Amino acid sequence: MYDVIEQPKIDPNSESPLAINEQLVSEWLIDFIRDELVRRRGFSKAVVGLSGGVDSALVAYLCARAIGPENVHCIRMPYRSSSCESLEHAKLVADDLGVNLHTVEITEAVDGYLKSFAPEADGRRRGNVMARMRMIVLFDQSEKYRALPIGTGNKTERLFGYFTWHADDSPPINPLGDLYKTQVWKLSKYIGVPTVIVDKPASADLVVGQTDESDFGIKYELADKVLSYLVRGYTPERMIEMGFEREHVDIVKKRLDGTHWKRHLPTVAMLSSTAINDFYLRPVDY
Amino acid sequence: MLKLSVLAAQIKPNKGDYRANLSQIGKIFAQIRESAIDVDVLTLPETAMSGYFLEGGVREVARTKEEIFAELNAQYLEHGPDRSLDIVVGFYEQWERKYYNSCLYATLGTGEGVDTPKIVHVHRKFFLPTYGVFDEKRFVSRGRTIDSFTTRFGQVKAAVLICEDAWHSITPMIAALKGAQILYIVSASPARGFGEVLIGNVSQWKQLVYNIAAEHNIWVIQTGLVGFEGGKGFVGCSLVVDPFAVTRLEGPVGKEALLHAEVDLDDVSVARATSPMLADLEANLADVRREIDQIERTGRV
Repeated sequence: MYDVIEQPKIDPNSESPLAINEQLVSEWLIDFIRDELVRRRGFSKAVVGLSGGVDSALVAYLCARAIGPENVHCIRMPYRSSSCESLEHAKLVADDLGVNLHTVEITEAVDGYLKSFAPEADGRRRGNVMARMRMIVLFDQSEKYRALPIGTGNKTERLFGYFTWHADDSPPINPLGDLYKTQVWKLSKYIGVPTVIVDKPASADLVVGQTDESDFGIKYELADKVLSYLVRGYTPERMIEMGFEREHVDIVKKRLDGTHWKRHLPTVAMLSSTAINDFYLRPVDY
Repeated sequence: MLKLSVLAAQIKPNKGDYRANLSQIGKIFAQIRESAIDVDVLTLPETAMSGYFLEGGVREVARTKEEIFAELNAQYLEHGPDRSLDIVVGFYEQWERKYYNSCLYATLGTGEGVDTPKIVHVHRKFFLPTYGVFDEKRFVSRGRTIDSFTTRFGQVKAAVLICEDAWHSITPMIAALKGAQILYIVSASPARGFGEVLIGNVSQWKQLVYNIAAEHNIWVIQTGLVGFEGGKGFVGCSLVVDPFAVTRLEGPVGKEALLHAEVDLDDVSVARATSPMLADLEANLADVRREIDQIERTGRV
């Protein structure tokens, strides 16, 4: 009789699909910022909207390493309901890096619109107005400093459609867009983002006590694992057989399937064989 | 004893700017002239004259082989040393009213006889990747041949492959069977897979080039593009692997660099005598061909 050695089954709790070599990734993203910002687009400065959260903090660290802290303008854009902690954490990052820190209150601009034209707006609409106002500020400040706005959206929120369309996603370059949230945490710890920022619950900071995970109904650690298999083409049935809970797979798949439109440019009625981006195809950096 | 001095230029081209890239190569010629190194062969990556991801822009930057040869030679005469140089360079080509992802092998300079400036060979990419981030079949036609060619260096034969060509074991096999002793591979490989010690496709390239050299006992000079294009960063990581499958030189990941290698052609003879894999293949070729023919006859392809 021979001993039979069994091939191990895929462990749904394994971290391996989300493993990153932090040193390799950080060096690559620093090169990405240098190449896309300086070499391709001819800018020497960057503007980063610093929310006090981990994503924008990580982007600030990467930018400071890529082009020098003196060339990074971080903008805090609080609304009257924003938490003091967010403001303090943004300052903590700026102080640690030695980047330029500016504060632009968006309360008057947001309320000017909401009070006059949309007093009945619910939290969702108000959040979208704030996000779009922040982008108005960010792009205008970028013009002021002759700098390029840098995006901070991670892969999990992009796949969940958890952002305001043509707001958070609008900066022309984004170093984090192919990193899941849990990978952002790992990289942030490696690069030196203060622990108090990495370890706090992720929140859009629109409503007191709100967190991303309470909005989703699933923890990032689990959501990222489910997402990583879904986008590689695993079927829900196979994932359930592997050991994932159907409820978790369904939550993630519903968000993923319902938000493809958010990851694209507007749909244009095609009338010719020279329709832009359908027939007339030129890359962004051509 | 025949030794070649090969310089692999792992560069970031200027996107879509053919003139700027000619000028960039002119600067490398000047550096060769100013250095103490006598270079026999200069290799540049896939699409070095334009950048890789051009989509419909291919038709705007594509050149004929005659145009690119004439302009490279003019650059060389202006900036290069007073000796001949062979060049291996990837470019988008217009040929017979179609577009190709091609690689030119040419001799530049003013010499006479075997050193006469001339186009020696053009390889047109045989396997066009069209999946995921790649969309080549949409914009270029595919090459139909894999050939070796005789160089001015002691009648030594060489062959050229472009990127995915080298991912199929049959293509280097054909090149070796056609007599190539040196295989030049030009590549543009965007990085993916950051979970291990090396970037995923860097590991795969190292394994591929090792396997090619080990199976056919051939020198392999792989030259990789670097720089970011629309967020996609090319790994570079050029490789010089000898006929014993020993990696003799390795370029940095993602950074521009010039790699200088000494290619001793005697190594091919010794390696092939030690490990007669190619001779075994030649001996069994009729059966191999019959097996392949049978696949075609039975309609599996």
